[in-house]
Amino acid sequence: MAYVRLENITKIFGSVTANDKITFEVEKGEIHALLGENGSGKSTLMNILSGIYAPNSGSIYIGGKEVAFASPKDSIDAGIGMVHQHFKLVDVFTARENIAAGKGSRGFWSSTAELNKRIADIAEKYGLAVELDKKIYDMSVSEKQTVEIMKVLCRGADILILDEPTAVLTPQEIQILFDILRNMKKAGCAVVIITHKLNEVMEISDRVTVLQKGKCIETLKTSETNPQQLTEMMVGKAVNLDIECVPMERGRKLLSLDKVCVKNKENRNALDEVSFDVFSGEILGIAGIAGSGQKELCEAIAGLEKVSEGDIIFKDESIVQLSPRDIIRRGITMSFVPEDRLGMGLVAGMDIVENVLLKAYQNMPGMFINRAEGRRIADDIIERFQIYTPSASHTVKKLSGGNIQKVLLGREINLNPELLITAYPVRGLDIGASYKIYDILNEQKQKGVGIIFVGEDLDVLLHLCDRLMVMHSGKIMDIVDPKSVTKEQVGMLMMGHKQ
Amino acid sequence: MIKIVKQNEVSKKQSILIMLGAIAIAFVISGIVIAAFGKNPFQVFAGMVQGALLKPYGIKQTLNKAIPLVVLSLGVSIAFKMKFWNIGAEGQFYFGAIGATFCVTYFPNLPAYILLPLMMVVAMLFAGIYALIPALLKVRFGASETLVTLMLNYIAVIFVDVLQSGVWKSADYMGRNHVAKYPENALLPKLFGVHIGWIFALILAVIVYILLKKTKLGYEISVLGENERTARYAGMNVTKIVILAAVLSGGICGIAGMLQATGYEGTMTDTMSGGFGFTAIITAWLANLSAPIIIVVSFLFAALLRGSEAIESSMKMSPAIAEIIQGIILFCVLGSHFFTNYKVIISKRVKTSAEKGAEKND
Repeated sequence: MAYVRLENITKIFGSVTANDKITFEVEKGEIHALLGENGSGKSTLMNILSGIYAPNSGSIYIGGKEVAFASPKDSIDAGIGMVHQHFKLVDVFTARENIAAGKGSRGFWSSTAELNKRIADIAEKYGLAVELDKKIYDMSVSEKQTVEIMKVLCRGADILILDEPTAVLTPQEIQILFDILRNMKKAGCAVVIITHKLNEVMEISDRVTVLQKGKCIETLKTSETNPQQLTEMMVGKAVNLDIECVPMERGRKLLSLDKVCVKNKENRNALDEVSFDVFSGEILGIAGIAGSGQKELCEAIAGLEKVSEGDIIFKDESIVQLSPRDIIRRGITMSFVPEDRLGMGLVAGMDIVENVLLKAYQNMPGMFINRAEGRRIADDIIERFQIYTPSASHTVKKLSGGNIQKVLLGREINLNPELLITAYPVRGLDIGASYKIYDILNEQKQKGVGIIFVGEDLDVLLHLCDRLMVMHSGKIMDIVDPKSVTKEQVGMLMMGHKQ
Repeated sequence: MIKIVKQNEVSKKQSILIMLGAIAIAFVISGIVIAAFGKNPFQVFAGMVQGALLKPYGIKQTLNKAIPLVVLSLGVSIAFKMKFWNIGAEGQFYFGAIGATFCVTYFPNLPAYILLPLMMVVAMLFAGIYALIPALLKVRFGASETLVTLMLNYIAVIFVDVLQSGVWKSADYMGRNHVAKYPENALLPKLFGVHIGWIFALILAVIVYILLKKTKLGYEISVLGENERTARYAGMNVTKIVILAAVLSGGICGIAGMLQATGYEGTMTDTMSGGFGFTAIITAWLANLSAPIIIVVSFLFAALLRGSEAIESSMKMSPAIAEIIQGIILFCVLGSHFFTNYKVIISKRVKTSAEKGAEKND
């Protein structure tokens, strides 16, 4: 029997069967990819293995022995370590303190010497580089992840689960992470990596298990499959994987930023002398590590952030001093999908009609709000963007992620903007929904709309955009041609190295 | 094993059933308490109903309590919709009364049809300005409106005290600190035996309903209450909305103070609120911030208050018992909201095969 075996696991939440008799195995010395769309049950399955949920039925075997986890602690004791998407680290502690806290010393006194030795051993064995005395809040995402992995290994984990570990890393950082994972595999650990990025599955994993709607479709050897086949298993139908960049004649200059600076709370420049132009009929991509100034840039253009220096010209008119409302009226719309999806742009507790009204109501005459008009627009958007909902009076937070984002984007596009700024519109979406959104953006581009697309996935940015701007700590590193640049070159720029 | 699980969706019917169940439980517990004091619970409850809802005098008294409660609940509901925690209805109520008394004191000879509307406008103005203080502090410095409005309540009462023992002190009360009785032209007329404040309460309910449900401002208030970031992203002027809504909320609470002064008390005193400003917070929430339901809930609550008073005098019950009954009813009704949001599952857990396996190993 395999080292870790989940047998016929079923987990039911209310009326939803998140896991339906799933059987899943991982061997020692194996990297196993768990692949599936959002809501396919990947995270539920791994949460069962890490003791967060108890299954309704089914058994878990580790090393041939049946186990039952009453809490995550039991799972940790069984050698299972999970690195979550959102790191569970104490920001004001150093790396060492975080690792020590995770380890849970046996006696009252913690032995620093013993811990240091253990950390050094692990660091050497797996090739992990951690600055032990650095505070977490000073660390990059990649460094935090390394601390998290170290923490899990220090607790003696030999079964490691990583939930979407590459989502926020640069290509170079991904390679470093993969090297660590390969070292662990060599040392005989069992590694599970949850992902929906196919190229990474192909690169790192030995075997891959595909889940679809709570059911296990198949487990395959990675060397015997290909991305196209995996996608079809994941989605359940054939999908065209190519992202199209529709060739377009570049139009007039719409927006022009001239040495724009924005100060953050600490009075440092969050945006540092940013200058660039956007033309109608193009998609300008923006790449960068999270927190490199993308948000400040979007908000500065939309009038939500105060511009301390420089000028923003939209169609020959400075918009720096205008209120957000006036900027919307001039034809600039901005939608920013934050990590929690609902924080900005939508009101979770309100229905689709009320969310659609959010921007339309300002142009209604008089002091009263015309809900009938709002309903008409909402029905229109639902039909045009194929939003799956029982009705327009359905509460937005009860929709699925893809549909929520389509409501947001649909509302913005419905205003017929001349400049569409969209940040992370496919954040957390599955393949089908993402492609629908790329299509929508391309359609807008063909209509002559200027689009600023802030993205995370370099593959998408390189394929979709006409030009790609790379940001690093508030500065523009370069604007490159996606057709001639390599991913590695963009990665170097993202980390602040200019060739 | 007992588990508490978030309730998915409760239908209107279910939530009404839960509410009725809570009231039933409250009566059972109150009955036990009353019996423990050696009274017949059925007689006491009958006395409450009779005193509050059956005798003409009782109904009048109930309505007299319901009027300020409705108006105050409407006032705070506007602020609460925006998640602006206006705990200062009490203070705004007093400033409304001060505004009304100001008009009576300095323009005593105006005819009623000019004086009364003037009193209402000035009451709104005074109370609105009083509510402006926490609003400005919040938007300018991020000060917690909960604390500021709460503390301003006490300042308002002391303000009334200063006025009635100082500039507005009447000579008619043999040295006691008291404001003069309002003249006839400053008193609200009566209709069906109750001062016409009840008409204003109903009109205000309609206005607040339209404001919150149909106007742009009402829409902005609810968006802001749900999510401030989204409001900013939509280009709303958050500062302006907060200030407008807070002033409106305070202004309506001020109308309650004016109605109570001119309709019920016939003067201004430093105890005239009777704590309605705080009770209104409860009624507004029990009514789920909905204007039509506020009327119903406030009336029932007023009946409860009046019923307690009635048994105090008619059955020689100590006021403490009446308060205990009030407390039990409130506790049960408010506590029942827990069950509209969560459900408790008591389950004999079906053991998974994994657990059975673990037991064998033990």
